[in-house]
Parts: sequence; structure tokens; C-alpha cells
Amino acid sequence: MENRAIFSGKTLAYLLVLPQLAVSLIFFYWPAVQAVWQSFLIQDAFGLSTEFVWFENYVALLKEPGYYHAIGVTFMFSALVVFFSMAIGLLLAVMANQNIRGVQIYRTFLIIPYAVAPAVASVLFIFMFQPGLGMIARALQRSGVDWNPVLNGNHAMILIIIVGVWNQISYNFLFFLAGLQSIPKSVIEAAAIDGARPVRRFWTIVFPLLSPTTFFLIVVNITYAFFNTLGIIDTATGGGPNGETSTLVYKVFLDGKGGSDLGGSAAQSVILMIIVVLLTAFQFRYVEKKVHY
Amino acid sequence: MVEHRRFGNLLPHLVLLTGVAIVAFPVYLAIIASTHDNTVIANGQMPLYPGTHGLETYWNTIVSGTGKTTREPVGGMMLNSLIMALGIAAGKIAISIISAYAIVFFSFPFRMTAFWTIFITLMLPVEVRIFPTYKITSDLHLLDSYSGLILPLIASATATLLFRQFFMTVPKELVEASKMDGAGPIRFFFDTLLPLSVTNIAALFVILFIYGWNQYLWPLLITTRDNMQTIVIGIKKIIDVHDALTEWSVAMATAVLAMLPPVAVVVLMQRLFVKGLIETEK
Repeated sequence: MENRAIFSGKTLAYLLVLPQLAVSLIFFYWPAVQAVWQSFLIQDAFGLSTEFVWFENYVALLKEPGYYHAIGVTFMFSALVVFFSMAIGLLLAVMANQNIRGVQIYRTFLIIPYAVAPAVASVLFIFMFQPGLGMIARALQRSGVDWNPVLNGNHAMILIIIVGVWNQISYNFLFFLAGLQSIPKSVIEAAAIDGARPVRRFWTIVFPLLSPTTFFLIVVNITYAFFNTLGIIDTATGGGPNGETSTLVYKVFLDGKGGSDLGGSAAQSVILMIIVVLLTAFQFRYVEKKVHY
Repeated sequence: MVEHRRFGNLLPHLVLLTGVAIVAFPVYLAIIASTHDNTVIANGQMPLYPGTHGLETYWNTIVSGTGKTTREPVGGMMLNSLIMALGIAAGKIAISIISAYAIVFFSFPFRMTAFWTIFITLMLPVEVRIFPTYKITSDLHLLDSYSGLILPLIASATATLLFRQFFMTVPKELVEASKMDGAGPIRFFFDTLLPLSVTNIAALFVILFIYGWNQYLWPLLITTRDNMQTIVIGIKKIIDVHDALTEWSVAMATAVLAMLPPVAVVVLMQRLFVKGLIETEK
């Protein structure tokens, strides 16, 4: 990082970074350190005494079948949300990039889901999928599907995936559109002169040239599916039925909420932190060249 | 266009119209539902055009509350959401712009330490440190307060990085000229740097307002009093998937009201929004 070092007032400089550092230390670092520390402790049932147990909480966690179940749920949910929201976003972006009329109007509508809170998006879809009264639920029931997300784990999973995909379409659409617009027209024209048809041109030229955008979006969407969907799950299914829609993040929330197993909840938090560190490192190492030193 | 198409641009229009329909239909349905009577909705006989109960429903939802439940009117929740969203957006921008200013334009011991300390917060989203953060907020007596809703969320590595990157493009000559005129660091900041940053600040504000308004987990944890609830968490108490007595018209009116401010911001300030989104990349 280039050091411009134009002003020299040290006191002023410290005062300027102080608020940001204070908030970071009090509300980010201290709690993170606490989480790590707590993950090595076991508290007795009455909260009277705590014992330092090294990795016992982690071992207990890795022996718990429910934890592997949550890993599976998270993996399936994230993979499907990432795939479908990116595929739909890409399709719409390719179509919007065709020099057609009214792109501005389409874009105005397509960015709306970004502004809708995950929990509120959830409510919109619960209304459509509520057995007995929801428009889509009734259509499904008429066509012989015994639709009931409250009792059927697969139905609950489908519901939260649909909400997650809907919520993320805008983001993927906008980034793919920006990516497509940065591909030089001359490259595509050259391929057209060589006789490549549009579909072939897309897969052999446009899609590979989009790969930085695609990789970036994969990381961002995984982060979204892991962390920002808590509002969707809490509103639509509450992790149920029987933990069928309880992701890793939602499990931390549920297990810690009761307050009975702080050590176990903290151990889960630490594992999540490691996942975030890996995702962020991957993003900066391979995807963005944002930070130069 | 690279080649002439026989069918004009039918395909892109069809695909985009389908996309718009998928995106807009749930929102449209919520608006329609908020104008119908609860019994019509509960029977599953709701038509696809507006009903006549709109004014009544919105009045009950925003101002008076409904007889059936003892919950707070949504008007107060919206005010809480607004205060939180504005506080988070303004707070993040304020502390990020000054820390980026110090890091780019000053030389001081531990400058890189400060930079990294801010940068690493990127890896500690609230979801992974939920309960310890709750604990410290409670120890500081910030539960059920606006400071408690806002302060723990305003550290921002992303905003600091954005301003830092922008400041590094400011030509050195500009600073030299300003110094020549006898301006100190504070005057340079307010007279030169801040006016140059207006577009960046506005774009960031749009993104952060939406971020703040749409917060879920944090307000859910730290507000226990009903009159401190934000609308995004208040809505969950109105619908209950296991309860047949949910007042759907009120729930949908609340959903519409919860969407209105962020959607309006995004649609009306589309250019700033897209700029902010692409540039913060987060």
C-alpha cells in the first residue's frame, strides 16, 4: 500500500481511526475472542461453575448426528440457491444485454427483490404456499400434491429455496449484466464472422470471459445462502419440521437461544468463523485484486 | 447487433417478461391481499384484483392496531426501522470516511495495524458471534435502545476500503495546492475531500440504508419490548404458520409497508444504487 503521508498530526490521525477501531474491538473482536474462549469451557447446569475442557465441546459436536444433518441441509440448500439464482440471473442478464427496447424498465422491476428483506420475502411466499388458502398451495393440492411445508420436510426445503433464489436474482442479474457489458463487442463480432452461432458464441467466448464475475458471484452467493438466510428460515419454517431446514447458522441460533449449551453453541460459531475466513481469503486471493500492498 | 434476427427480439422480451412476472407477482399478490377482507383470503377465494378494504386495513395496521391482537401498531415499528436504518447508514459512512482519511493521508505508528484491524472485521459477521455480542451489548446496558440497535453494526470494513480506494485516486497535487493555501488537514477534508466524495457517499448511503432497514437477527435478539421492535421482525409475530387465525390482510399490509421504503429507494435512486452495489461488491 502506497504511503502518501501528507499530513503529520499524529493525535488527529488517532482520533480519526478511534471510532472505527473502538466499535470493531468492542463489538467484533471481543465477542469473537469470547466465542473462542467459551468453546473450550463447559458450564454446569446451573451456570455456577465452569470447567476448561480443551476440545471436548468440539468432540461432542462432531459426535452429534444432528450436526452432520445440519451440514447436509446447509450444503443442499446453499448449492440449490446458488445454482438457480445464478442461472436465472445470468439468463436474464444475457437477454437484457441484447440491445432491445425497454431494458431500463425491465431492470427497474428486476432489482426489486434486492430491496426486500429476506424475512419479508419469506412472508410473501408463505402467503402463496400456505395450505388451504395460498394460491400456489391450492393449485398444487388440486393437482394431487399433498402440499404441506409444516409437516413435510422436503416441502419446507423447497419453500425456503424458492424464497432464497427469488431474493438473490437481482444481485446476480446486475453483476452478470455489468460483466457482459464489459466484454468488448469486437471479440463477439470476430467470432460471428468466423461463423459461430449465438449459442456457440455464448459458451465458447462469452461465458469464459465472464468467469471472474461468475467466481465472484459464487463466493458472494454462498456467503448469502449460509448467513443472510436466517430471516427466511426463521420466518418460514423455524428450522422444522424436525430440523429438516435447520442450517448451520440457524442451529447456532437455536442452540444458543435456549442458553443451555453455550459451549457447544460457541464451538459451532468458531467453526462458522473458520468457514467465513476461508471464503473471504478465497475471494481476495482468487477473485478480487482489490487490496494491493 | 451482430446479426439480423428473423423474429426480431421476441425471445429476449419473452424471457425478460417472464422474469419480471416471477419477480413482481408475489409483491402484487401482497398488495392485492392487503385490500381484501380476512374471510375472503382465508377461504382461498381471493380475486386477483383489488378489494375495497384497503383504507380500513392500512389504518388499522399503521395506527390503531387491531382488536384481535394486543400488538403494537406498525407505524411505531416503521419509525424504529427508519431510525435504525438511517443511524446505521450515517454511522457507517461517518466512521469509515474518517478512518480511511487517516489511513490514506496521515503517517502514524501502527497505521497498517489499524488498517488490518478494520479489514479483518469483514470475516466476523454478526451471525457467527451472535451470543457473545449480545452479552457485551447487555453488559453495556444497550438492550432495547436505539444505540444498541445501531452501534454494534456500524463498523464497516467494506465502506472503509471503498473510501480508501477512492482517496488513493485523489491527485497529490490537489493536496499540495490546498496546503499551499494554508489549509490544515481538517479544512482539506471539509473543503476538498468531502465535496469530491459526494457521489460515493450517496451511493453507499443507498446500499447501507437497505442493509440497515432489512436487518433481522440483531433486532430480534436485542429488542424485548414491543415498542422497540422493527417492522421486519414485527411481521413475524403477525403471521403464524400454525395458526389458522392469522389476519392475512394485516400481515400483507405490513409486508407491503416493510417493502415500501427500501424498494422506493432502490427504484428512485437506481443509478446510485447500481453504482453503490457494483463498487462495494458486498
